[in-house]
Amino acid sequence: MLKQTPFHARTAPLCLGQNWRRWAGHFAASSYDLVHEREYHAIRNSAALLDVSPLYKYIVSGPDAARLLDRVVTRDVMAMAPGRVAYTTWCDSAGKVIDDGTVARLDDERFRLTSADPSFRWLHENAHSLRVAIEDVSDSTAALALQGPLARTILEHLIERPLADLGYFRLTTATARGVPVTISRTGFTGDLGYEIFVDAAHALPVWDALIDAGTPYRITPTGMLALDLARIEAGLMLADVDYVSAHKALIPAQTSSPYELNLGWTVKLNKDFFVGRDALAAENESGTAWRFVGINVEWEPLERLYAAVNLPPRLPTVAWRTSVPLYRGADQVGYATSGCWSPLLKQYIALAHLPADHASVGTPVEMEVTVEHHRKRAPARVTSTPFFNPARKRT
Amino acid sequence: MTRAHYDAIIVGGGHNGLVAAAYLARAGRKVLVLERRELVGGAAVSEQIFPGFTFSVYSYVVSLLRPEIIRDLDLPGHGLHILPLESTVTPMFNGDYLAGWSDHDLSRGELYRHSPRDADAYEEYGRLMHHMAQAVRPILAMLPPDPTSLSPRDLMGMLKFGKHMRGLGAEHFHALHKLMTMSAADFLDEWFETDVLKATKSASGVIGTFLGPRSPGTAYVLLHHYMGEIDGVFRAWGFAKGGTGGVSEAIAGAARGFGAEIRLNAPVAQVIVKNGRATGVALENGDEFEAPVVVSGLDPARSFLQLVEPKELPGEFTAAIRRYKFRGSSGKVNLALSELPNFTCLAGDDSRRTVLREAAWRGAFSISPSLDYVERAYDDAKYGEFSREPYMDIIIPSMIDPGMAPPGQHVMSIFVQYAPYNLTGGWTDARREAFGDAVINAIARFAPNIKSSILHRQVITPADIERVTGLTEGNIFQGELALHQLFFFRPAPAWARYATPLDGYWQCGSGTHPGGGIMGASGRLAALEILRRT
Amino acid sequence: MNDPLIPAPTTPRTQAPYDAVIIGAGLNGLTAAAYLARAGARVVVLERRATIGGSTTTEEFAPGFRADTCRHDAGWISPHLVRELDLEQHGLKLLATGARVVAPGADGGRLAFGAQGPVTESLRHHSPRDAARFPVFAARIAALCGFLEQLYAKPVPSPDASSRADLTTAAQLGLRFRGLGRRNMVELLRALPMSVAELLDDEFESPVLKGALATRGVLHLCQGPRAAATAFNFLHHQVGQHVGAIGASTVPLGGLGSLAQAIADSARAAGAEIRLDSPVARVLVLAGQAVGVVLESGEEIAARRVVSGVSPRHTFLELCDPSRLAPEFVRAVDNVRYRGAWAKVNLALDQLPALSAGDGDTGADSSRVRGIVVAPEMDYLERAYDDAKYGRVSANPWLDARIPTVDDPALAPNGKHVMSIHVQYSPYRLREGAWDSPAREALGDLVMATLERHVPGLTESVLHRQVLTPLDLEQTYALPEGHAYDGEMMLDQALFMRPVPACSHYRSPVPGLYVCGSGAHPGGAIAGGVGANAARAVLADRKG
Repeated sequence: MLKQTPFHARTAPLCLGQNWRRWAGHFAASSYDLVHEREYHAIRNSAALLDVSPLYKYIVSGPDAARLLDRVVTRDVMAMAPGRVAYTTWCDSAGKVIDDGTVARLDDERFRLTSADPSFRWLHENAHSLRVAIEDVSDSTAALALQGPLARTILEHLIERPLADLGYFRLTTATARGVPVTISRTGFTGDLGYEIFVDAAHALPVWDALIDAGTPYRITPTGMLALDLARIEAGLMLADVDYVSAHKALIPAQTSSPYELNLGWTVKLNKDFFVGRDALAAENESGTAWRFVGINVEWEPLERLYAAVNLPPRLPTVAWRTSVPLYRGADQVGYATSGCWSPLLKQYIALAHLPADHASVGTPVEMEVTVEHHRKRAPARVTSTPFFNPARKRT
Repeated sequence: MTRAHYDAIIVGGGHNGLVAAAYLARAGRKVLVLERRELVGGAAVSEQIFPGFTFSVYSYVVSLLRPEIIRDLDLPGHGLHILPLESTVTPMFNGDYLAGWSDHDLSRGELYRHSPRDADAYEEYGRLMHHMAQAVRPILAMLPPDPTSLSPRDLMGMLKFGKHMRGLGAEHFHALHKLMTMSAADFLDEWFETDVLKATKSASGVIGTFLGPRSPGTAYVLLHHYMGEIDGVFRAWGFAKGGTGGVSEAIAGAARGFGAEIRLNAPVAQVIVKNGRATGVALENGDEFEAPVVVSGLDPARSFLQLVEPKELPGEFTAAIRRYKFRGSSGKVNLALSELPNFTCLAGDDSRRTVLREAAWRGAFSISPSLDYVERAYDDAKYGEFSREPYMDIIIPSMIDPGMAPPGQHVMSIFVQYAPYNLTGGWTDARREAFGDAVINAIARFAPNIKSSILHRQVITPADIERVTGLTEGNIFQGELALHQLFFFRPAPAWARYATPLDGYWQCGSGTHPGGGIMGASGRLAALEILRRT
Repeated sequence: MNDPLIPAPTTPRTQAPYDAVIIGAGLNGLTAAAYLARAGARVVVLERRATIGGSTTTEEFAPGFRADTCRHDAGWISPHLVRELDLEQHGLKLLATGARVVAPGADGGRLAFGAQGPVTESLRHHSPRDAARFPVFAARIAALCGFLEQLYAKPVPSPDASSRADLTTAAQLGLRFRGLGRRNMVELLRALPMSVAELLDDEFESPVLKGALATRGVLHLCQGPRAAATAFNFLHHQVGQHVGAIGASTVPLGGLGSLAQAIADSARAAGAEIRLDSPVARVLVLAGQAVGVVLESGEEIAARRVVSGVSPRHTFLELCDPSRLAPEFVRAVDNVRYRGAWAKVNLALDQLPALSAGDGDTGADSSRVRGIVVAPEMDYLERAYDDAKYGRVSANPWLDARIPTVDDPALAPNGKHVMSIHVQYSPYRLREGAWDSPAREALGDLVMATLERHVPGLTESVLHRQVLTPLDLEQTYALPEGHAYDGEMMLDQALFMRPVPACSHYRSPVPGLYVCGSGAHPGGAIAGGVGANAARAVLADRKG
């Protein structure tokens, strides 16, 4: 039987359309309402509450905890002060991305790693002769994301202290109605937002407290469909959707390096040894073949394609997650992996892989669209990501 | 005395013989199949042993029946329906169990319960095995070249083989090498820590061999579980509607549909040889049939040491066949049950348990509670005894195909290893029943109600298998699946391509490459080779 | 000849780095040093112990009594090695012995083995059929071993190799393989994955012959004779030997230690330094490159290349920092199986044990018995293994007892003798208990009781008994898990898989760090074989 998250007792009655999907072996609400629109706007307008408990979570502790994580991930963990959170990738020895997630330094010898895929064995395999303990707390730790412009206000009410000085990618501990929680200023929406970690045994009181504190601010339980739109607007990629983990790839061509995913900034070549460094240093030297970019489908040509068959454009109000060919001239040059109609920007946007020489901002490409059963090509342009990047995210 | 003439005669109506017959008939050849028994199928037969209860008497699951055969011969059109087995549950001595489900998340969750690290490892392991299966698949479909020959065809074959191997890349090549040479236990030790998982997986690695899970050469059978997936069959293990006889009947139906003639109760006494070539066969009743092509679906010992005079074959060849090892090591117990077995590890009244139990009954139960258990089962066999506590693979076909038993009652099919053909003192009726008792006692440790629910019991020893089906030493794979009896060694070096040293005489049984299980690949490859060369 | 007990004078530390520093003065380390020094390299060998030889050592284990305390078989001492390193000029005297090894059977009979395998008359006494068949079998095995010999003389090409050198070697081996002839090609391919039990059952009927021969198939394996691929181990142990001989038929005078000594002298003569009592703490790695070693004393020794003669596990997981190695590589190294399954008992004897000759043996040397093999039939070995499989010492162990003083009386005081006993199976990992003193003594008592049945009066003549458990072997001789070859000789750990694919050509993923121990191809029981191959790899890189 599928697992239920620690919040299931609260989320289940709210899921009006019984619209569930699987996330890491758990029930996860696709949307609570019958349509996800309201939930999306909560992310950008008020505050959305997402149950992100299915994330894999590991506590790495011990004298060599920093060394282990520094060896595994591409960011410089040794340089992180306690209270810092870092978004990072980690790679195999060929420098290909296995997964991405966050590393939070809880204190000197204690870290939390979150990941999309199970990472227990990989951490263990890298821990040879290191003095560390690796604990899988995926099931024992519940996690919520509170995302949106009013997230801070609600949280401040909840924990009864100001949060204005909790900077972007920083974390703090607090108590919510007597329950100890960890709050990090992180999220997957590209908006002002926080993630709250709590012992699974105390999950429900924290949910209730948040709802109480948030109701005056229209806090909105939000499902995966709304999140998908927000994360595409924010230019955030998803493992298994936008790239294939090196551990899951069936052929080498399916793998991607951090550079190829536009995550070169997470690769700290000047730090000590880490897995994949030699390969990444070589790639950094010789240049990267592929890029991960934003694509903006031009409106008028798209409208014309549909007008030709007397239809208005059909827009993906639910994000798609398939591989869609991108062309330049006669040839297919790349492929888009996620796309949606941005309700806020009123743009058809997508995340895509393109060869480096076709990837500079402004490059015209064409994306395959199916217009009334026929394959067409819609003109589009390479754009920088995030598509939407409000100042409140960082300030 | 009749003297009918055919294009090809198939000796033995086992599944490979039938597949060969169907392919030859489909190509327009006039084909006669001669079966000793009163029904087709060889070891793949379904019989109503007890009124109302139908059993797959000898074999029990359809693992690797080639999808191209199902397509080419339109077997579903002739009644074939392979139903998936949903799960494998291994009861443990401590009252717990390990289950493998067809759903990824469920399986992961279950394994996670035993070991979080193994749950991760299992996914990576699965991917490696997927790669390995992909590496092996072309080899299964390949005519084995003779590595010692300098003929252009063999050299090309070796080149192709070598190219394929090099194409795997270093990492996968090394993994394949390990898989082909390691013991199942050692191979699994590199991945997992959960003993019961290793026991259950390695038990499937010893099927058809006379080796224990700690002996090298048992790891590669682990691959079989993954072979089906890449052929577009989601789950490798399946059960044929109507039992494995359903497969044979479907193939026979297809063969007949293409014009082949199948004669039952027609035991072949010998292959007729004139001027150094096979020209037909003679039945035990004296009837003779002529054909320029005689194909034996029997095992190598029967094909070459019994049906043909030694003088017709080169001494080196018969010497190689004599060295070919059968060493049947498994038996079968078939039960008619008044009620389903209640495995204590799945007992409980809550809804979760009820769902679990129902699902488990539709799958397989593996009696392999620990690696030592399986290894000890082998220890007994090594010294000529049947396992006092054997490894068993149990399915309840009536849960999948309700037609197998009267409503509310059940049939249970128990594959048992080890039961050595060469039992010290020989197999007698008393030893057979003692063996049956050992099987029931071993199951009763985990499902106590089994004893009181048995309506009928049929115990089949390797000696019985040999007696009834003709399989030498009761080996269900027509020869041990050991590395030195595979590919270009199966059944003898230089004669692994279905031809034999006797002109006009061909072989198509499981004793030829790729052999093993109800796969049909040997019959198909043999027929294609015959069509190419005659 | 240098006395191994007196450390060679240490040279004052110089600024200029050595061309190569070799970790461990075992046979392979010394051999590598000798070849490198002869090619003009400045070499230093660092040995942890106060004596050279590693597991190939002759030591005084009781006052006045010397024995090959650890292994008593060096395996094949290749004539190339002897010639190329001028070992005879450096004191090696190989003694051809005609003395017998007897194998008692379960039925009370005794089969005699001589230098050339089973003594024909004695075998005929046990089975005329076997006696007639043996020469044919021996010729066939010898042909197959001849091919292995070729295979072992060079780095083995990886089947996925693409370098010119690899392809050339592969082509040469292909031709050699063809040279075997059709019949033997088939035999080799067929034999490698077989069990030694099947191999012997196909040929012979005499239980004692099969039992004694099967010991060669399970030597240093934690497997029984019915396990697949033990035929490969059998072939491996016949390389360079007379097929069917129990133990080498030529032994170095003065014990195996004198072989190590001769190689060491050859190396020193070519300019190599050998430092005893110099345990290496770690390999120095700078910017990803091995640049020397640090001794446990803290002394740093700089070298352009580091060549490790110790086990892959010790080399990469202890001397190197595994947190700076790729996890895939660490995993592969960690997965190397050792599973030492033997122990050693050395006895100082008051008198020559009363060992009667083999049945039917009337040869001139028939009464000179230098050893006894207790493995009366294959089932005996199989049952002995069954115990080990479940983590117990064999209740009835296979014993290979040798009396080196029969041929080489100088190893003991006048008129006294030495007995050296290989005991198998004695697993490193015990399910219950540990390898402590009581366990050690219990093992010694078990061996004595087992032997006493075949050598009456033996116990009474024992002046001193040394028992080395697998744990002792690990601690004293640095044998990982007590395994004599730094890794089981199984097909999955042989050839291009040995020790792990990433360093099967002696070069490791750490540039400048090489392996030369028996954990690498061609493995154990080929004296100096790895060292010679590894030296070639180092020299090739030096040129390049």
